Amino acid sequence: MRISDIISKIPHTILAGEEFLNREIKSGYCCDLLSRVMAHGPRNGIWITVQTHVNIIAIATLLEISCIIIPEDIKVDPNTIEKANEEEVVVISSPLTAFELAGLLYEMGVGYQQ
Amino acid sequence: MTVESNAGVGMVHSYQIEAGNFTKAGEAASSIKRILRQLGVDANVIRRVSIAAYEAEMNMVIHSIGGTIQVAISPQVIVFKAIDEGPGIEDVNLAMEEGFSTAKDWARELGFGAGMGLPNIKRCSDDFRIQSEVGQGTYLEARFLL
Repeated sequence: MRISDIISKIPHTILAGEEFLNREIKSGYCCDLLSRVMAHGPRNGIWITVQTHVNIIAIATLLEISCIIIPEDIKVDPNTIEKANEEEVVVISSPLTAFELAGLLYEMGVGYQQ
Repeated sequence: MTVESNAGVGMVHSYQIEAGNFTKAGEAASSIKRILRQLGVDANVIRRVSIAAYEAEMNMVIHSIGGTIQVAISPQVIVFKAIDEGPGIEDVNLAMEEGFSTAKDWARELGFGAGMGLPNIKRCSDDFRIQSEVGQGTYLEARFLL
């Protein structure tokens, strides 16, 4: 499933990486403790987090996470968006909660594999 | 970053890490990842080194007064070192326990301080050692076999 297929089914705003929406998503993960994400975050996956500081882009780059979704329309630091564009990480924001987003993604067939 | 050739060890890359600089945090780990990728190192090894380097770098940014990260790459082994100038870890065994953290509230609010940094580094590496002395600093070494 591509990022574009996933976001077409949820209310969203694309904040960064618009040209990479055709990436294939194999797995999803939802967590706000960064070391836990480092330990279990999915390669080529999608990550839902309320953290919005620039360090989330470093994590996504290191783990090769393809897309970050920020729930509840939380405002994202402009430095984070700039860095995401530099590092080619897709960042999406949505008015839905992390719980709702994870539920919808799971229904679409996005599971968990590390 | 500085690079020096070291006969018998291969290339050594060094990075100065500033305490409290979150804007730059993760850059050393990202640079190490790029170098390993250029060298064609196995993707699984790159991922393990990247995780270890990131955790060590963040530990230094959050907890130390600054220090140096070094990575030496030879055909057989990657030797990663994180050496800081203090303040040192009071109880290293406790620091190695998953879930234990001395991170302040401000760091926890940013998602750090899960108490998984050092255990993550150990789990990812083939050989891990850490020595620390309060008032002196911390020496961490992680090896990855190729």
